[in-house]
Amino acid sequence: MDIIVCVKHVPDTAEAELTIDETGKDIRKTGLVFDINEWDNYAVEEALLLKEKYGGKITAITIGPKEAEETLRKCIAKGVDEAIRLTDDLFKGSDGYATARILCSAIKSLNLKYDLILTGAQAGDDGYAQVGVTLAELLGVQHVSLVKKIAEVKDDALKVHRELEGGLEEVVEVKKPVVLTIQTGINEPRYVSIAGVRKAAKKEIKVLGAADIGLKAEDVGEAGSPTVLEKLFIPPVTKQAEILTGDVSEVSKKLVSILKEKGLI
Amino acid sequence: MKEILVLVEHRRGEIRDVTFEMLSEAVRFAKKIGGSVSALILGYGVQEYAKIISDYANQVLVVEDEKLKEFNSEAYQKVLVKVIGERKPFLTLIGHTAIGMDLAPALSATLNIPLTTDCICIDVEDGKLVAIRQYYGGKVNGKVVFKESESYMVTVRAGVFSPEKPEPPLGGGIISIPSPLTDEDVKYKKFIEYVEAEKGEVDISSADIIVDIGRGIKDAKNIPIVEEFAKAIGGVLACSRPVVDKGWLPKDRQIGISGKTVKPKLHIALGVSGAFQHVAGMKGGLIIAVNKDPKAPIFNVADYGIVEDMFKVIPILKDLILELKGKK
Repeated sequence: MDIIVCVKHVPDTAEAELTIDETGKDIRKTGLVFDINEWDNYAVEEALLLKEKYGGKITAITIGPKEAEETLRKCIAKGVDEAIRLTDDLFKGSDGYATARILCSAIKSLNLKYDLILTGAQAGDDGYAQVGVTLAELLGVQHVSLVKKIAEVKDDALKVHRELEGGLEEVVEVKKPVVLTIQTGINEPRYVSIAGVRKAAKKEIKVLGAADIGLKAEDVGEAGSPTVLEKLFIPPVTKQAEILTGDVSEVSKKLVSILKEKGLI
Repeated sequence: MKEILVLVEHRRGEIRDVTFEMLSEAVRFAKKIGGSVSALILGYGVQEYAKIISDYANQVLVVEDEKLKEFNSEAYQKVLVKVIGERKPFLTLIGHTAIGMDLAPALSATLNIPLTTDCICIDVEDGKLVAIRQYYGGKVNGKVVFKESESYMVTVRAGVFSPEKPEPPLGGGIISIPSPLTDEDVKYKKFIEYVEAEKGEVDISSADIIVDIGRGIKDAKNIPIVEEFAKAIGGVLACSRPVVDKGWLPKDRQIGISGKTVKPKLHIALGVSGAFQHVAGMKGGLIIAVNKDPKAPIFNVADYGIVEDMFKVIPILKDLILELKGKK
């Protein structure tokens, strides 16, 4: 079973204080640690599990600058066979649709064979949850989003669980080839082994630009995007907790007396 | 008149809340641009829904087909491509939900309609549609503008707009649209069944005191620390998504959109960042947040906050509570 997995190199912003840069359209990235998008990490693991069971080849594709190769090498170190990095100044400002178009053009122009394409359900930076399903439509294949389990693999179809709201899942059967967007928690992503890192360091990563995959300036970036991010801003604060001050022991005492006063303990 | 089309979302015999949220927002938006609101229901045996929805929309369009009984994006897509393609509404609203995420990107690509997702605000500026959505897990907001088009599509974050019934009710007429589906139209995808999360021994949705842990728990080996704390304060342990994803607590302990809604008297959030998807399941009580990051969004939800490492606070807090209870 040949699998393409689409990955993104994103900054970890969970505990970082973010500021807007001078363009007004991006955050300042200095000091932030980048890694594979959390959802994509689960997608890569799912691809590896399927390969271990059914054989085949895994190709990882990313769109991004040179630094994004760190994420691709991590994928190779875990067992991904081939890696492709798509990069071009023209790609800047691509929205979810244009991003899917770039991936689609790469897959088509390189004539990549696939039974399955896996993407993360969304990315931690822009959170569109749009690229995987759009890619399926552009390629003319099926899709299932928010996949929480691959329950059964048949010759021509898959039985998968989709995550719905409120703890509910639905089981869907879908014909291959298909794009699955993977939800977190579907598996336990493995760690990279030392041997894997050594192997990955030597592996050649294919780097391609817009022209290499048959795309023109008007197809990508802001020019090729139906939507444009005009500006970013820090959200207005609507409510703010009363922050208890003092050392650990003082704040704990303050909290306990508040809870006692309100009759909660 | 510009048409605002709202896709009605329903599952297992219930119209989902996001439907009424979208309809309320659509009515407000329609007033602003001089438009009218159409609700579109796809399903089978859904005339009852149409009657309910008619209070909230200027007209209700209904497509009934046995193949639309349960959500199936293949069938839904074919119907929606036809209906939206023919009517060319100025704006189509779909929930940013499990249904919407499976549908909207595909519709937008097929119909060539600009789409932006997970919006928390829609507006017009100088006659042009603009949308606000969040980036970086809600730490930053962004304003999105659209390329000139006849039609636009937006998916709307659930739980953001308040559902209000128009007064007087709009009493929209119900119009049946014949289903365009043939058996040939639905052959790649099949709905099989629903599966519910396994029920554990504790129901967090009925607990009075909740100790809610997030990413800050760091490791499975720290779970007993918070378990003991929960026991000391007489509460039950619940958590945010990452804790369940890692398999450290079972799914039935998860608070949020994909988990449960809780309404305790006291909610203590430890190392919880406060992502929207989590906060959407926090429906009441006094909220206490302990987090190292002073900018964590949970402090915009909590009543009282402590900016500190949870593992420093927990033992002291536990001892104080046990001492207090011992004196009773």
